[in-house]
Amino acid sequence: MRSRLRLRDAFALGAVGLRARRVRSALSALGIAVAIAALVAVLGIAASAKADLLAQLGAEGNLLTLAAGQTFTGNPTPLPATAEQMIKAVPPVREVTAVSVVHQATVRRSAAIPVIQTGGISVLAAEPSLLETLSATMLRGHFLDSIAQRYPEVVLGYSAAQNLGVGTLTAATQVYLGGTYFVVVGILTPVSVAPEIDDAALVSFPVAVSRLNLDDRPTRVYLRADPDQVAAVAAVLPFTASPAEPEAVEVRRPSDILVARIAARTAFVSLFLGLGAVTLLVSGVGIANIMLISVLERRSEIGLRRALGARGGHVATQFVLEAAALAAIGGILGVALGCLATAVVAHAGGNPITIPPSAPLAGLGAAIAVGVLAGVYPAARAARLSPADALRAP
Amino acid sequence: MTAVLELRSVGKTYPPPTAITALANVDLTVGLGETVSITGPSGSGKSTLLNVLGTLERPSTGTVRIGGTDTSTIPDRQLSGLRAWRIGFVFQEFHLLEHLTVLDNVATGLIYRGLSLRSRRDAAASALRRVGLGSRVTHRPSRLSGGERQRAAIARAIAGEPQIILADEPTGNLDSATGAEIIRLIAGLAGPRTTVIVITHDIAVAAAMRRDVRLHDGRIVRDTRTD
Repeated sequence: MRSRLRLRDAFALGAVGLRARRVRSALSALGIAVAIAALVAVLGIAASAKADLLAQLGAEGNLLTLAAGQTFTGNPTPLPATAEQMIKAVPPVREVTAVSVVHQATVRRSAAIPVIQTGGISVLAAEPSLLETLSATMLRGHFLDSIAQRYPEVVLGYSAAQNLGVGTLTAATQVYLGGTYFVVVGILTPVSVAPEIDDAALVSFPVAVSRLNLDDRPTRVYLRADPDQVAAVAAVLPFTASPAEPEAVEVRRPSDILVARIAARTAFVSLFLGLGAVTLLVSGVGIANIMLISVLERRSEIGLRRALGARGGHVATQFVLEAAALAAIGGILGVALGCLATAVVAHAGGNPITIPPSAPLAGLGAAIAVGVLAGVYPAARAARLSPADALRAP
Repeated sequence: MTAVLELRSVGKTYPPPTAITALANVDLTVGLGETVSITGPSGSGKSTLLNVLGTLERPSTGTVRIGGTDTSTIPDRQLSGLRAWRIGFVFQEFHLLEHLTVLDNVATGLIYRGLSLRSRRDAAASALRRVGLGSRVTHRPSRLSGGERQRAAIARAIAGEPQIILADEPTGNLDSATGAEIIRLIAGLAGPRTTVIVITHDIAVAAAMRRDVRLHDGRIVRDTRTD
């Protein structure tokens, strides 16, 4: 002769209580929805902004660059001509490519443009292996191929092409480079790990040597090492590249820049998460308030249920589940709104829509947890009511 | 005759500030199948006695045995079990839930026995037929007349076929003609396995019961049987 309440019935009781007070339930659920939407959106928007950088970071973590400082006039000093071959000989090094700054040359749209209007574009001699070593991709056309080793062809970095006003490529698309016209055969997409490439016009080494008086010595070397050996390779690089002047050689890991950028873009996340948490707290207090009022209004129902055989615990369960259901409805609505906001913002910002799977789950979990916590005190009040007193209530 | 209810030296004093002694030294034994009215002027302790009989309140002194079980020594959850299985309540204010249909209101009477929804509804439907409300099962309580509401509440009390039916002023909110129907219905609920106890100050109700217990100032002043 035990008093017992089936789990299904307990959930049904919680839901029926909400349906009996629709407007009030909807308004309290809305509070939770706003809070959860904010939390999910913050996580989602941050993740979307981070996703493309992280993808690059994963791909670029083993890239190292090597340069030999600058002269007093600010021009980069060249590395020894043997640097690239020596680096290639280091076992964990997988790919190497060298570039050399062509000091004398400027790039203009045509000879009619004054020589001082260089647009900040530098001319670099580059090897065909640059594309692969930097994991760069072509926006238009193709990279420096075998023809470019003999004829005046140029590939423009992304910003350089924009500055020069080169959009689409035809056979007649030319730029005036170092006193002669070069055919533009390709445009690169932005290279985030080597931003200097974005502002450069790339020509082949043989052409640079024969037509632009380059002395064939690299000013910068890009290399990819075995991911586990990056630090070890970085340590030996100065001696390998320039045995005579190792202290003049500067080794960089461009992915450090990406890490810094990610940190900058996600710095706001904890602040907004904090604000979201405060909103959640406030909406939880709102639910607790509503539930307390509900307990007061429904004293006679509580008394009836006790008379019908409900234990205090059954009455408490009913109110906790009601609060949890209220919060869960708000949570589901909030997750949907948050995902929508993330999609809109990511779309507008051109980032991939990335919602970490943990965000909706955490949002819903947080909502239900808040609901349960908010329901506990009113439920305890309901359970403690004396059945006889509760029945006498209007 | 088997005793379903036994009160021994039951007293009930409410805590300060009221400090009212609602019941004093009440001895009462009610057997299975009896129909009992508890009468008395306002403030005589009728409602307190009903609450004590129905285990909604614990007495301050004395013992209450329901079906042989001493209720003073068992915890609240076992008292709840007694109410769920042994006792059916009928209230003056009906206490029907407006957000449920009449059928589900009656079925709710069995929810704390842990029965399935289907068997609760089956029992509810047959209880509603028994009180003459078989055609109104899908209505909301507000669509029913006062008499129909009390019939629905009676159906809820009897759906689980409890041994004891406790009715608190069941005709208090009804006109006399409707009240008379309800009295007949309640008196007819008693049977070899069912005891009916009604609190009332309606003389007609008391007259319909075979035993009358009269209270005054928390004491039983008269206990008469008409056979």
